[in-house]
Amino acid sequence: MKEILLNPQLWSATLAMATPLALPALGGTFSERSGVVNIAMEGIMLIAAFFAVLFAHLTGSAWLGLLGAVIVGMIVAVIFAWAAVTLTADQVILGMAINIFASGFTAYLLNTIFGFSGTPTDTPMLPNIDIPIIKNIPFVGQILSGNSVIVYLMIILIFASDYFLFHTNLGLRIRAVGENPEAAETAGINVIKLRYLGVALSGLFSAIGGAYLSIGLLNSFSTDMSSGRGYIALAAMIFGKWTPFGSFGAALLFGFATALSMQLQNSALSKNIIMMLPYILTVLALVGVGGKSVSPAADGVPYTPKK
Amino acid sequence: MSKVLKSIYMPILAVVIAIIIGSIIMLATGFNPVAAYSSLFIGAFGTLPNIANTLANAVPLIITGLGVAIAFNAGLFNIGAEGQYWIGAIVGTWIGYSFKGLPWYIHIPLALVAAMIAGGLWGGIIPGFAKAYTGAHEVITTMMMSYVAIYFSHYLLEFGPMMEKGSVPQSPLIRDSAVIPTIVPNTQLSYGIVIALVAALFVYWLMYKTVWGYEMRAVGFNQRASKYAGMNVPFNIVLSLSLSGIFAGLAGAVQILGVQHRLYDSFTSGYGYTAIVVALLAKNNPIGVVFSALLFAALGTGSQYMQLNAQVPGQLTDVITGLIIFFVAADKIIELFKTMFKKQKKEELAS
Amino acid sequence: MSALLEVKNITKIFPKVRANDGVNLTVEEGEIHAILGENGAGKSTLMNIIYGLYKPDSGELKLSGETLNLSGPHEAIEKGIGMVHQHFMLIPVLTVAENIVLGAEPGGIPYNKKKANELIREISKNYHLEIDPDAKVKDLSVGLQQRVEILKAFYRHAKLLILDEPTAMLTPQETEELFGIMRRLKEQGISIIFISHKLDEVKEISDKVTVMRRGKTVGTLNTKDTNEQELANLMVGREVVLRVEKSEYKPGDVVLSVKDLTVLDEQNIEKVKNVSFEIRSGEIFGLAGIDGNGQTELIEALMGLRQIKSGIIKYQNSDIEKLPTRERYKLGISYIPQDRQQEGLIMKFSVADNLILKEYKDIRYSKNGVIQYKKVFENASKKVEEYDIRPTDYTLLAGNLSGGNQQKIILAREVGSNPKLLIAVQPTRGMDVGAIEYIHKKLLELRDGGSAILLVSLELEEIMSLSDRIGVIHNGVIMDILDGKSATREKIGLLMAGSQIDAKEVEV
Repeated sequence: MKEILLNPQLWSATLAMATPLALPALGGTFSERSGVVNIAMEGIMLIAAFFAVLFAHLTGSAWLGLLGAVIVGMIVAVIFAWAAVTLTADQVILGMAINIFASGFTAYLLNTIFGFSGTPTDTPMLPNIDIPIIKNIPFVGQILSGNSVIVYLMIILIFASDYFLFHTNLGLRIRAVGENPEAAETAGINVIKLRYLGVALSGLFSAIGGAYLSIGLLNSFSTDMSSGRGYIALAAMIFGKWTPFGSFGAALLFGFATALSMQLQNSALSKNIIMMLPYILTVLALVGVGGKSVSPAADGVPYTPKK
Repeated sequence: MSKVLKSIYMPILAVVIAIIIGSIIMLATGFNPVAAYSSLFIGAFGTLPNIANTLANAVPLIITGLGVAIAFNAGLFNIGAEGQYWIGAIVGTWIGYSFKGLPWYIHIPLALVAAMIAGGLWGGIIPGFAKAYTGAHEVITTMMMSYVAIYFSHYLLEFGPMMEKGSVPQSPLIRDSAVIPTIVPNTQLSYGIVIALVAALFVYWLMYKTVWGYEMRAVGFNQRASKYAGMNVPFNIVLSLSLSGIFAGLAGAVQILGVQHRLYDSFTSGYGYTAIVVALLAKNNPIGVVFSALLFAALGTGSQYMQLNAQVPGQLTDVITGLIIFFVAADKIIELFKTMFKKQKKEELAS
Repeated sequence: MSALLEVKNITKIFPKVRANDGVNLTVEEGEIHAILGENGAGKSTLMNIIYGLYKPDSGELKLSGETLNLSGPHEAIEKGIGMVHQHFMLIPVLTVAENIVLGAEPGGIPYNKKKANELIREISKNYHLEIDPDAKVKDLSVGLQQRVEILKAFYRHAKLLILDEPTAMLTPQETEELFGIMRRLKEQGISIIFISHKLDEVKEISDKVTVMRRGKTVGTLNTKDTNEQELANLMVGREVVLRVEKSEYKPGDVVLSVKDLTVLDEQNIEKVKNVSFEIRSGEIFGLAGIDGNGQTELIEALMGLRQIKSGIIKYQNSDIEKLPTRERYKLGISYIPQDRQQEGLIMKFSVADNLILKEYKDIRYSKNGVIQYKKVFENASKKVEEYDIRPTDYTLLAGNLSGGNQQKIILAREVGSNPKLLIAVQPTRGMDVGAIEYIHKKLLELRDGGSAILLVSLELEEIMSLSDRIGVIHNGVIMDILDGKSATREKIGLLMAGSQIDAKEVEV
């Protein structure tokens, strides 16, 4: 066991596995803080993962791939917001619909555009980045340096999100809208607009997470490659009590569970048990064992302005 | 009769719009939608074996869909039916292979009942009590419990206590005495379909003809009025989530006993999720669940044939499924379409 | 003094209701102007119009002589109108400062906590409203939360402050404190609209009072020139006397006996205080009182929907205070709740199903858990005819029926079971005259058949024409129990206003 824990690969894998959870978890934080439960993040990740490869392949640039993925992801998010916020449809059911659609749509496009052989092997990848000085530190350097650029972007986004949500006027308004939209409206705030913003941000973050899967970790797309990460991110967000740093912490924990289970490939017993832990912890957090996770008061409740 | 028509009008419209959008996608990607849809239909209903396989596919969807519908009727969203299905499959498998020398009329019911109890506990106890007494949202708790169930099954199969000797992560085959026999040879259609149909009638009876169903539906519509009428609201929440899990668990066991005969590691069913779609399209009517399950089962079996014969990737059916649910959920979109259509008509008449 | 706010001939029609019907109101600068009226008289609608949440269908609003055409609360706020809603528009998890500045934060992109706190301290000082800007709102008492609401208005430079039922959730001490604040604000030239249905408070704090009834303003008086009795009369009205033919009062045995009952509300405030009374068979006991004086809590306690703190509830000589709601129904108690759509019916159930909402487990309607729909339908067709429920198709959903017919479903269920005790809360609320007469007739039939009836109503007329004895509740205390025949409107009005307790206290 000691050997495994001292292996820097375990820790860099933790970071790598935490990234595609932390990004949608951050996105979900914005969406739910504004009062919209967005389980469509799973589908948005998947769609973004596909379009990242497609655009990267077509333009020959991974960066343009990322941009394309983000644009498509946000379009899907806005469609979701339109149905959920403007038309006040059931948010969870809509999210499921988008996830099923995304699974089918990406697989369909994969087969029609790239054929059954899969995405081209010469698809460009987003670069890994070496951090000067740190990279030379033994052990720590192997973990903190040389990761995908998205990993560093994620870390910046966590700080930025925390600042935005808790230290700006707009962040204050978003939180108000998710807690008590009626009170926000009487204070002269446009509830609908801010909920669109919250959902759009969740689309943006999920899309980056999806692109990371296909052109950050790999340079290919395969069907259902998001494999439930959008849902796990939801769990991370809840476990992190709807805060950016909390979500990141939970994502690290869940990422560690994944990384550890990969290291434990051969002693199956503990591996699958470890993978269960994040979910059990989330249920316990919801039920109130060890400090209850309380959701924003108006989370998931559609709001119709008075006039 | 007009009432029935009225209640199925919106779901049918949602299906039609989804099929039209599916056509547009096919046209945009260079396929012939007429050819695709007709091969889809032939694949699902063209021959006796095809019909049999479609029916076989419908079995787990009907039973799990019934479970989801019960919860919806009580105002609860059991998004974790998938996990309860797995638990039922695990228990059904275990009883199926570990009991020796039982006659079939004991072995099969034993496996089914045990799976139902297990599924009921998984869905009812933790998410049910959590919802009733701490207010923890059942969407999240059932979803999390679902993942726990899936990893639990991996644990059992990958060098765990249920793994068959060898290197393939699968359980031993269940004994013959636990096998639900096939109806149409060389297809997957077993007498499980009878169980599914009986279950549908039973749930209809339970929800609409008994005091328990009456209470669950009352609580689902209006908790306050139910409390004022003297009903025990928390009890009904636990009861409906338990029943929901019981049917999902039954579905898992029927699938093992009738079709799979063993638990595979890679047996990612997805039935639990499609079941939600089934229930939604059926507007949670148990009889409607049967027809809605048939539709999605047909999409499933037909898609393979469509892929072979029209070269259209089979996942197109998932696209259509997603769209159907989107339009069922956002039924205001259909209203929008209707008003737009009416306006256009008026304008046409005016010009 | 000059007029700050002028409301001229405002009308607002909602589907089925004329919520405001030719309303006129003038508020002077530096005046506390009370708006008095029962629930549903149109006070809240008027205030929402002044605050820009509703658009009037006709009429005019003027502020300092300028015509207002408000498109939303933000414009009302801009013009200097502030409102403290009855249910606070606060966000419990945020701090005081965050709540106050929300929507009008000081400067820039980042939230400037220092500046916000500074501004709030300044306003608190100016208006003598002490508060800790960094406290979380959820940790504050109700009185302090209200203070945050008032500060919210002044942060936005309010000249006119609307207080919607501000004392509803306050303790007496907090109410006194609020009145102190109001007086100081008045001295500083702020105009206040004070909405209330508590006569004593209106009398104590206001300069002028405008009374509303059924969507109309029925008069504006100088507070010092009027008395509580006159206000009560204006408020309840003298029109349409529904005379009811009543047979002789022949009381039988005691059916319900309540002794020293004390009940708390969700905030653990005593809403029913040591209440005792008895109801006999063959009598209608009317409980008169202005809304919010403990009636809801008392009834919920009687029905087992709310735990009691202390006291005894005896029904036919056995204690029932520990029995669950259903057991009480089984003993022959019936209940017509106040809100028929939220409490009395399942709107998405059929009429037939709603008619058995409390008896579906009874041997008459189900065997071994199976509902005998033949019997249920027999019952439905009988009840539909007997109670003239229209349309007569009992398979329709209750939600598709008109309000009057929905109430008839409840009546058929609760009265039709021949209860020994019927608790009816505002059974005629929102009904037309025909329906009211019908319901009154049914209640009297039940009384003549030997049932005991507890009638809770805010309509004095209804109480007086039906009741054999009248209990008047004020602030959770039964002030007196009067004989139905000799009770006068003036006497009841005074008791409802809580006057007698003042007199008694003085004597002691």
